[in-house]
Amino acid sequence: MTVPRLAALAAVLVLAALPSVLSSYAVTVFIFIFFYAYLGQAWNIVGGYAGQLSAGHAAFVGLGAYASAVLSARLGLTPWIGMLVGGALAAALGALIGFLGFRFGLRGFYFVLLTVAFAEICRIVALNTDAVGGALGLYITFTGDPRHFQFQDNRMYYYVALALMLAATGLVAAIERRRFGEYLKAIREDENACEALGVNTFKYKMLAMVVSSFLTGVGGTFYAYYLFSLQPNAVFGIPLSVEIIIRPIVGGAGTVLGPILGSFILSPLGEVSRVYLSQGSWSGLHLVVYGVLLVLVVLFLPDGAYPAARRLLARRAR
Amino acid sequence: MDLTLVGQGLLSGLLFGGVYSLMAVGLTLIFGVMRVVNFAHGDMMVWGMYLAWLLATRAGLDPYLGFPLCALALFALGWAVQRGLVHRIVDAPHEMQILLMLGVALVLENAALVAFGPDPQRVRSELRSATVWLGPLFVDVARLVTFGVALGLTLALWLFLARTDLGRRIRAASDNPYGALVIGTDVARVYAVAFGIGAACVGAAGALVSPILPFQPAGGLSLSVASFNIVIIGGMGSLVGAFVGGLLVSVAESLGAVFLAPSMKELVSFSLLIVILLFRPAGLFGKRAT
Amino acid sequence: MTPILEVAGISKRFGGLQAVARLSFQMAEGEMLGLIGPNGAGKTTAFNLLSGFLVPDQGDVRFRGASLVGLPPHAICQRGVARTFQIVRPFPHLSVLANVRVGALARHADAREATARATRIVEAIGLADRLNDPAGSLTLSDRKRLELARALATEPALLLLDEVMAGLSGRETEAMVALVSGINRGGVSILLIEHNMRAVMALSHRIVVLSFGEKIAEGPPAKVAADPRVIEAYLGEEYVHAAR
Repeated sequence: MTVPRLAALAAVLVLAALPSVLSSYAVTVFIFIFFYAYLGQAWNIVGGYAGQLSAGHAAFVGLGAYASAVLSARLGLTPWIGMLVGGALAAALGALIGFLGFRFGLRGFYFVLLTVAFAEICRIVALNTDAVGGALGLYITFTGDPRHFQFQDNRMYYYVALALMLAATGLVAAIERRRFGEYLKAIREDENACEALGVNTFKYKMLAMVVSSFLTGVGGTFYAYYLFSLQPNAVFGIPLSVEIIIRPIVGGAGTVLGPILGSFILSPLGEVSRVYLSQGSWSGLHLVVYGVLLVLVVLFLPDGAYPAARRLLARRAR
Repeated sequence: MDLTLVGQGLLSGLLFGGVYSLMAVGLTLIFGVMRVVNFAHGDMMVWGMYLAWLLATRAGLDPYLGFPLCALALFALGWAVQRGLVHRIVDAPHEMQILLMLGVALVLENAALVAFGPDPQRVRSELRSATVWLGPLFVDVARLVTFGVALGLTLALWLFLARTDLGRRIRAASDNPYGALVIGTDVARVYAVAFGIGAACVGAAGALVSPILPFQPAGGLSLSVASFNIVIIGGMGSLVGAFVGGLLVSVAESLGAVFLAPSMKELVSFSLLIVILLFRPAGLFGKRAT
Repeated sequence: MTPILEVAGISKRFGGLQAVARLSFQMAEGEMLGLIGPNGAGKTTAFNLLSGFLVPDQGDVRFRGASLVGLPPHAICQRGVARTFQIVRPFPHLSVLANVRVGALARHADAREATARATRIVEAIGLADRLNDPAGSLTLSDRKRLELARALATEPALLLLDEVMAGLSGRETEAMVALVSGINRGGVSILLIEHNMRAVMALSHRIVVLSFGEKIAEGPPAKVAADPRVIEAYLGEEYVHAAR
């Protein structure tokens, strides 16, 4: 076994053992770390590896969340299956956005706006659709039944979130080692050169978008059944899209560990300021810090924290 | 459908369009000169609103008189952001610029949240309650004044760009940044002035709508997005496009509110945006394709 | 025997500019054909038409008898026609090996096979000592080699080379000439856009001359070099009259 694999295995074992020594509150913090790392990892496929800057990933979270919540409430479908349905719907929306964006050659700012426009349209439609609760949104009744994706013990959510994060990370690691991943990285650098080398850039960008939106949509079910409430402005809003983007970018977009590192840096920060500063008007402070971090990363670490840390370690080792 | 209602929608849309135009003119000026999209545009506007609120509540200054001070303050902010941050990444990939400006937007929005709290505010103005009747339609005097001032400011900016030496240099830099560099224009100064003016536009626009539109820190994002819609629809970098696009989008949203529902008015502009993005990405008045 | 490439009357207009006008020529299997002409003669446009980056307004391009018109660039590459770009476009943050592997993956889905193949090409092209360096760190001369290596890795039957010598020093040019001629001897047909006259005259079996989008001469290098129309196109009318 190689050193990185041993390190990864050790890390997974530590994370698996942690809940038995952590306080219930600390478990909650870890759940958010894992969940946002998961969403960041999903975004990483299309936004990091393929370099297609989607700023509307909240649309997929919202669609996935609403789908499984409505299917469960109306048809009694278990969220364990609703999760896949939500993922499929999100993937269909991702395919539509990708098709329009890539077929019509929208790049940079124009692609960003296309994704934002779709997410905003989803938000406005949800706000105005009484069948899904309109502006009030949906509330999920707590049953504590695992068949309803609900658990009495917070630690179960911990393990589900951990499993999601590890599965997505495993998938990204597998993609990176395959032709798909190499093509995505090359597409990020120069699409025309890729075409000249026989790479069907449209196909691979579409594939990246579909996989990414599917995973993000699956995450929507976790969002719904961990927070027990869905409001259009929260699940479809641009702020959630920013939360999804910022972790992989700070950690290192287009790297396997970037989204996880980014989430370990940023999620506790948000949580700490939420708990200690949410009294009075300090609730925005952690977002000020996010903003400053984003500016600093762009100016000084444009590749993100993970590649920078690796460079630093390599220099030490020498 | 009640014709009066449609007429009223058209009129109030057109009047509010002056503000949209001013926002979009500011954004398109910054983009035209630097090819940088100001993602903090709406948040800068929110700061214009809060400055107007501060002036009104602390110094008793009516926003219709205080707006030049707000514009001035935002000019300074825009200048500083350009000199301190944007200048370092003018040549960086678009993605990096977008992320940097997103960072600035987060800081501005949440600094406002820390400073002023999350609750919506509105500035009192003497003009607020006055209305005049145009046949069957009533006109809010505050909206009329807002429209007039926004129009005047856009015209003044136009004259500045067309008639003054600095304005002409800004336009030259916008047409051809490298050309301007070669003929020895101080590009750094031109950039900072252009960013300052772009921010001053939303500083003034924010102050002018502060008696009409309730505002809160979280509102900056949707104002940014509204500005993006308008400049894409009008044509990135085109001042005429931004001006006409502002009126167009505002009227379309206003009619959307009449025909659909007030909460669905943005649906109209986003749908319009998608159609323009796909079929005419250079916008209605844009010169170059993407 | 079917020609490897038949270009039949292709034209392309940009607004008021007729960039390529009714261009026709053929290439035999194994041939090295030079495509020359003054700046703005339409050579790079012709390349873009052949490689699918532009679609001709009219005319046909046939590769081993099958039309390429309307195919996207990647499909044309997969059929066996590879190209390089005049302004080289390496993937700057990827290593030299990874750059070449992107080309090799078009033929070998298996990662290990693609790596082996790419490594061999990098060695053959003379970049073995830079294998794991990011492509962005290479000198211009090495980037030109990398551009060539990547295209080769797609295992083309026909290679379109757009000014691979431009910007190289005398010694670097000699090395590149040897490289290109070796590739051709290995069985790859080559269409060569080149400004370096000595190189193109030495390498090409035949030469096609473009001026203002039209073909003005075609034939063996010596014949083309002596053609007054060609001299006129390159040097302007006055020179020709003065020389008489």
